[in-house]
Amino acid sequence: MSRPAILRTVAWLWFLASIVVLVIGFREAIFLVPTDAAQGDAGRIFYYHVPSSMLSLIFPYINFLASLAYLYWRRRDPLKALTSDALALTAAEVTVVYASICLITGSIWGRATWGIWWTWDPRLTSMLLLWLLYVSYLMLRRFSSAGQSQTLAAVLSVFAAVDVPIVYMSIRWWRTQHPAPVFGGGPDSGLDPSMMPAFVWNIAGWAMWGIFIMCFRFALERRRQLAEQEAALSAIEASLETAQ
Amino acid sequence: MKYIGHILAHLRKDLRIEWRSRDSINGMLFFSLLVVVVFSLAFDPTAAVSRQISGGILWVALLFATVTALNQAWTREQNHQVLEAQRMAPAPASALFLGKAIANMLFVLVVEAILAPVFIIFYNLHVLGNAWLLALILPLGTWALVVNGTFFAVLGLRTRNRELLLPLLLLPISLPALLGMVEATTGVLTAQLDPLEINTWITQLAGYDLVFTIVCVLLFETVLNAE
Repeated sequence: MSRPAILRTVAWLWFLASIVVLVIGFREAIFLVPTDAAQGDAGRIFYYHVPSSMLSLIFPYINFLASLAYLYWRRRDPLKALTSDALALTAAEVTVVYASICLITGSIWGRATWGIWWTWDPRLTSMLLLWLLYVSYLMLRRFSSAGQSQTLAAVLSVFAAVDVPIVYMSIRWWRTQHPAPVFGGGPDSGLDPSMMPAFVWNIAGWAMWGIFIMCFRFALERRRQLAEQEAALSAIEASLETAQ
Repeated sequence: MKYIGHILAHLRKDLRIEWRSRDSINGMLFFSLLVVVVFSLAFDPTAAVSRQISGGILWVALLFATVTALNQAWTREQNHQVLEAQRMAPAPASALFLGKAIANMLFVLVVEAILAPVFIIFYNLHVLGNAWLLALILPLGTWALVVNGTFFAVLGLRTRNRELLLPLLLLPISLPALLGMVEATTGVLTAQLDPLEINTWITQLAGYDLVFTIVCVLLFETVLNAE
């Protein structure tokens, strides 16, 4: 009784806290930050576009590490392997969600600022390929039969993890239209101090939200796994009874 | 040495089966010819612009042909439970993979050798750059498609919608290689890319081949024995 109850309380508190942080971030980004001189109000989408793109580059690593853990534990410790597989699945789903948000907000911004929805710029293309790779990962999981999907998906995750840096390198030589990196770019990079609070609140809020969604989905997947095991166990017991 | 012997045994078996039926090569050849004809109708192939797009069309035709052939590549093994026998055999699993991949590579190279002259006639091409570079680009690009294709074909072997799944997995993974092949081939055909850039694309293609061959060889046994 005690452990799930504590977990549930923590989850609720975390959920409420992330909502509060997101509301503060929304107020900062939409009402308090001065309007960008060059871009006008369209520049405010920055506070949603950049955090989601940064987060969509972090979750694939969780997916990759969890898949490696799955392949390692597959024969040695099946229960741990199942846990890491659930983690890999949830990380992939959250990656697809954040990459989609990044692509959609990016093209809305592009339409407002560049006048076009999409351009084959290296950073856009590499993000689109990341999205495609993880969508195909989820497709594979849906198409393969129950017993094998974990192993096949873990193998595909290794391929995706190898492919992403290659994609990034191979298209860097194309013409670039996307703004230069804001952090760690050239000497002019970095945010104006007036923009900083809105950015920090938003990235914290979206990170908290992403972690909450991931834990929620993870718990759901664990329950599904346990239910499946129970069903398999009762099926075995039933078959033993009829045999006697 | 013994490992190479295992690869050669698998390769010999695949080549002999293909020689008796010639299903894969004939199918691929006719399919890629159809794709070339369809593209010729869709674009105006006599214009000067055809040289610009011909590299892309050649690779798209080969890619589609490869996918159709690879979907069938493992069905021979599945008939009469040959694959089960190979799983139990004492030979290393990666030798089976390499033998199969090399066999598929040879089939696609035969198709390329027949397709290339047809392509030159249909699209009225003259190679303006260093033609011998194509002898490097074509095998490297083909291997990039075939090595991943063979791997993902076995990955989709026991899934529903196998025919649909292979392109869904293969295309996103191969996109960097496809970019390299198309850029390098078009660069050679039009001579508009400077040699240094073509070299970069070729090096990249070779690097891609190397990385993915290693990943495939390392993970093949896991996939073959996935229960």
